[in-house]
Amino acid sequence: MRIFDPHIHMTSRTTDDYQAMYDAGVRALVEPSFWLGQPRTSPASFHDYFDSLLGWEPFRAAQHGIAHHCALALNPKEANDPRCVPVLDDLPRYLAKDGVVAVGEIGYDSLTPAEDTALAAQLQLAADHGLPALVHTPHRDKVTGLRRTVDVVRESALAPDRVLLDHLNETTVKEAADSGSWLGFSVYPDTKMDEDRTVAILKEYGTDRVLVNSAADWGRSDPLKTRAVARAMLDAGFTDDDVDQVLWRNPVAFYGLSGRLHLDLPSPPDLHEGNSVLRGGE
Amino acid sequence: MLTVAAAARAWLDSALAEAEARAPGWEERFVAAGRHCGREHADEARTLLLRAAGADSDTLTRLYRHGAATERRAVLLALPALVAGPEAVPLVEDALRTHDTTLIAAAVGPYAAAHLTPHAWRHALLKCLFTDVPVTAVAGLAERAAGDGELARMLVDHAAERTAAGRDVPADLTRVLALTAPTEES
Repeated sequence: MRIFDPHIHMTSRTTDDYQAMYDAGVRALVEPSFWLGQPRTSPASFHDYFDSLLGWEPFRAAQHGIAHHCALALNPKEANDPRCVPVLDDLPRYLAKDGVVAVGEIGYDSLTPAEDTALAAQLQLAADHGLPALVHTPHRDKVTGLRRTVDVVRESALAPDRVLLDHLNETTVKEAADSGSWLGFSVYPDTKMDEDRTVAILKEYGTDRVLVNSAADWGRSDPLKTRAVARAMLDAGFTDDDVDQVLWRNPVAFYGLSGRLHLDLPSPPDLHEGNSVLRGGE
Repeated sequence: MLTVAAAARAWLDSALAEAEARAPGWEERFVAAGRHCGREHADEARTLLLRAAGADSDTLTRLYRHGAATERRAVLLALPALVAGPEAVPLVEDALRTHDTTLIAAAVGPYAAAHLTPHAWRHALLKCLFTDVPVTAVAGLAERAAGDGELARMLVDHAAERTAAGRDVPADLTRVLALTAPTEES
């Protein structure tokens, strides 16, 4: 079984997690930028974080046989801190990087005017850079937040089918599905979704456009929840092909919209000049 | 495969023309080279772009500091062709502080051989041994190691530490140690 975790914060995880994920079948993941628990106080703090998602973390993942890509953005929570907002001006430089396959996580936390501004600006950045967007839906006042998110996406330059609405649940899935966006479910030990509820939603809504992630981070979370959902799907009568669609082909299709997804691991760099396809006839 | 390679070549030819003309936008081509030329050709495409633009040490420093790891590696690989003096040593030192072996291997090329102080160069060599970067990546190894008694002492101490811990002494260590023997002329 091959698994693509489309949303996991590996910065907060250990090498044991990487090994366990590989053993469970995880071969690719996307790490979206988010907040680190401790609030940041300047754009420079974001720069170091983005550099890590474009350097150290992919290197670490590759040591464990896992292809690592990232989504970059100013997250909804810190969009409310005027000290952090200027990082929006630096994002275009980062969104040009090869390892970036989406703008994210963007969206709403507390549904403030500052969040409105940051969400709209970053949907525009996604459109400008040919990238899809990973949109976090809020944990508080969730239905209102989902509706407002769908409205802002509709008014943006980014088509709904280039948007992944994440952290959905029973109360938000229908309107999210009707909007034409991709549907993301985060499966957690205590909060968000669990395996069986996710399977119930898959039975009702089908496997098209659905992505399942662990969203594992520095809180109580489990990087093997993708595998647990796959097992629950099989137990519920879904086929191996259904599992492959949800846990691999759908995330490949969504992030593949960037044109920058490479699922093979980079080979060790050749430091010596030699013949190559590029040099060819020179 | 042929069409992919042809598209990559066409993209690179156009990007090289922009770089030679120092047209605005050539640095964006440098950033995007991996996805257009293929990751296996990214180092070569990027170093060709840097050489075509004749990037000076200020430009190289900016591209390194703003670069993802793959871009930083290309800057390091281009240093010997583009920077004559020691101005870019801080970039090499930055790469040697990381634990990313792709950066470490690119940092110990001919530019490091020419410009690192003896102390920094010895530590770079030890770092390669620590992180399993093959010493074949180290430029000027035989020349710089020859007659370096301090390097020999560090290697012997490192071997003793490995042996005390019940670990193997890397074959590369033995190889470099042999190179530290004083030369005939010295």
